[in-house]
Amino acid sequence: MPVYSLNINGKIQKVDADSDTPLLWVLRDNLRLLGTKFGCGVGSCGACTIHLNGNATRACLMTVSSIGTGKITTIEGLSEKGDHPLQLAWDEVDVPQCGYCQAGQIMTAAAFLKKNPKPTLEQVETAMNGNLCRCAAYHRIREAVLAASQKTK
Amino acid sequence: MIMEHTIHQERRDFLRKVSLSAGGLLLGFTLFEDLAAQPGKGHVIDGVRHDFNSYLSIGTDGSITIASPNPELGQNIKTSFAMIVADELDADWSRVTVVQAPLDTSKFDRQLTGGSGAVPHSWKRLRTAGATARQMLIAAAASTWNVPAAACTAENGYVIHKETGKKSGYGELVAIAAKLNVPTDVPLKHHKDFKLIGQPIRNVENKNIVVGKPMFGLDFYREGMVYAVVQRPPAFGSKIKSVDDKAAKAVQGVSDVVRFGNNVAVVGNSTWAAMKGRKALQINYEAEKALESSSDHADIFSKLMDSPNARMQRKEGDVDAAFKAAAKVIKREYECPFVPHNPIEPMNFFADVRPDKVELVGPTQTPGSGRKAVADLLKIPENKITVDITRLGGGFGRRLKYDYVVEAAEISSIIKKPVKVVWSREDDMGGGSYRPAVRYRFEAALDANNNLIGYKLRGVGMNAGNPTRENNFPSGSVDNLLIESLDHSSPITTGAWRAPITNFLAYAEQAFLDEVAEAMGKDPVQMRLDLLQKARTNPAGPVRYDIDRMETVIKTVAEKSQWGKKPGVSQGISVYFSHASYVGQVCDVVMQDGKPLIKKITSVADCGVVVNTSGAQQQVMGGILDGMGHAMYGKLSFNAGEPEQKNFNVYRHIRMKGIPEVETHFVDNGKDPTGLGEPALPPAGGAVANAIYKATGKRMYKQPFIEQEPLKTEE
Repeated sequence: MPVYSLNINGKIQKVDADSDTPLLWVLRDNLRLLGTKFGCGVGSCGACTIHLNGNATRACLMTVSSIGTGKITTIEGLSEKGDHPLQLAWDEVDVPQCGYCQAGQIMTAAAFLKKNPKPTLEQVETAMNGNLCRCAAYHRIREAVLAASQKTK
Repeated sequence: MIMEHTIHQERRDFLRKVSLSAGGLLLGFTLFEDLAAQPGKGHVIDGVRHDFNSYLSIGTDGSITIASPNPELGQNIKTSFAMIVADELDADWSRVTVVQAPLDTSKFDRQLTGGSGAVPHSWKRLRTAGATARQMLIAAAASTWNVPAAACTAENGYVIHKETGKKSGYGELVAIAAKLNVPTDVPLKHHKDFKLIGQPIRNVENKNIVVGKPMFGLDFYREGMVYAVVQRPPAFGSKIKSVDDKAAKAVQGVSDVVRFGNNVAVVGNSTWAAMKGRKALQINYEAEKALESSSDHADIFSKLMDSPNARMQRKEGDVDAAFKAAAKVIKREYECPFVPHNPIEPMNFFADVRPDKVELVGPTQTPGSGRKAVADLLKIPENKITVDITRLGGGFGRRLKYDYVVEAAEISSIIKKPVKVVWSREDDMGGGSYRPAVRYRFEAALDANNNLIGYKLRGVGMNAGNPTRENNFPSGSVDNLLIESLDHSSPITTGAWRAPITNFLAYAEQAFLDEVAEAMGKDPVQMRLDLLQKARTNPAGPVRYDIDRMETVIKTVAEKSQWGKKPGVSQGISVYFSHASYVGQVCDVVMQDGKPLIKKITSVADCGVVVNTSGAQQQVMGGILDGMGHAMYGKLSFNAGEPEQKNFNVYRHIRMKGIPEVETHFVDNGKDPTGLGEPALPPAGGAVANAIYKATGKRMYKQPFIEQEPLKTEE
């Protein structure tokens, strides 16, 4: 199997994997970065959202061979101490129910806020619409994104 | 690094006398859970941990560990349970760590998640667990200080003697307290003295969830574990004719291909290898039973609807005479399709079957039933099997079934390796155990004065059992009543789905009552209140719901929603009693660009004491969106036994765009708490349907609404 050098959360990680392996499974099975979740495998739920060069990307749709020198950030690398404004807002607003989709939600929101630090409610809804939450904690997800945006300078 | 190794555990004989249950909370919690414990929140790393009962142990450093026996799937039980214990204990909440208990029938009963039953079942047990320990800690302080126990109080993790100003933390007292006899008949707090109960306490796992800590079943890894993906028959009613696994076995990373029953498991050293191997399988299937399509179901419904063989569920008075004498008869049919549960974490389970013991780990709502099924399969005693419960990435009733647990055990027993079975989304959505498809026929007879003199309901389901709830409202308020059910035995498997049966029945019934009110010329709120008054003053047979509580919910939701007082807004009301709670909802619809827009849903819930106001609000808001979302979009159709939707790109769920405003209220009546994971869901569809009618003049007789006029053109 080919060996790939991946830049993940600021570290170069070598992984042995088939070229068509989705990044999702490389993260989970090879690297035990388990915060990136499997939900659908077709890019329709957003549970596996990571950042590739700062853009919110579905890890289930990226093959390991397509990444090259791209910089990957997973939920584990979003902040050092779990204190990204979104992570803090998620706790303050008490967003999670089952919690399974929340890492993906936060990763989508983080990339979005970077590009649009002061979004309107409608912009938040559009940005977050690709992330399913089966518990339907949507009101609080929206509230937490807006709360974090207000705290970010 | 593992905290367990540094904890000294003291067990004392006195613990066996504890009336709550024998033994203590031991270190059975998995490493996995301990790693997921709250950062910075007092796991004992020095000193001794003393068990008070199955739920509670206190360390000499003052840290408190509370075991939560019931599986957590988002109903927030892990937080609520601990709050109840900690409140009676007068604990310092910041020192509380909550751990998921493994299956242990010697310590806990009803260790399952379903039926919104955990809090009502455990309310007194949990309170007693906390209060007993509190009393022992007070007694320990009193004897140390040589003062009467009655002169001491407990507060925020301390026992205090006001007169002398003496104050000791629970950690200092626990060693003495643990030597005392366990008191019985310990008084519980007055509700007004609750400090945590009734507060918005954040989910105890928030900090772990937001950083992606492993805690779900799919996150469980064990050294040496292999991965299995299973090919099950794609069509319900089909079986394997032949298997060619040559290409699958040639896939790099695939170690085993095994057939069991009508399933073929491909085992590999990674999830992806197993998935690729499965793709390479060549399997031919043949029909074993009828391969049903949705069009067949429509025919079956029609046939059964007029069948003479219905089961009578409830009968009052003389229905035939009432309908004969009626001045007006209203007869309507409502239908809902199958729907999958679709928790975002797909089914998965870990099993390690060895000659002398079996280890099971994963997300399950019914660890006890899963263990029993594995014991039966492997023909070994249950006490040789351990079950560790991970957090569940949603359940919605799907994980009440334990097919995937048994599957993991069976594969591990065949290949003799620790294995994790992983279902893909297609496996999950195509794998059965759906909310059954159901059709209802409602009939109402009105006399010349528009009194409801007769009421009939016939429910026909696909593996739905009895799809009626014959003792729910309006039973008891109509003198002549007949409720019947029929069931079709389909190869398509079904199961409990969040608020089983009522998730659809409530909509159909509440939409029908809206039409009846209209035919009566009555306001829908007043009509319901009149029926309740009839049930109160002159009941027709047993009344199995609390009339006063239901009446309060209706009146309150009318008031909070400004019923009938909002110009330009079309409102629909729905109220339902399910899982021992009462919930009323009013939906506001406005017309926008000629289309109905669901603007707001106002909810009033009576679930007795609200344990956690934040968690309760989540359950109601989530339940409403879940009910509304499935009423609007949910549909699983079949072609020749095979589901036509198998992933989220073709199966629609409610998403963030277009969610209505949701306003939640709770009736504060001080009654013992009832459940809340389900009760807010059933009324939602009816409120939405009735408001859409008010706005557009179109009745919603079928789900999903998105396929009905006037919403259809929206797509």
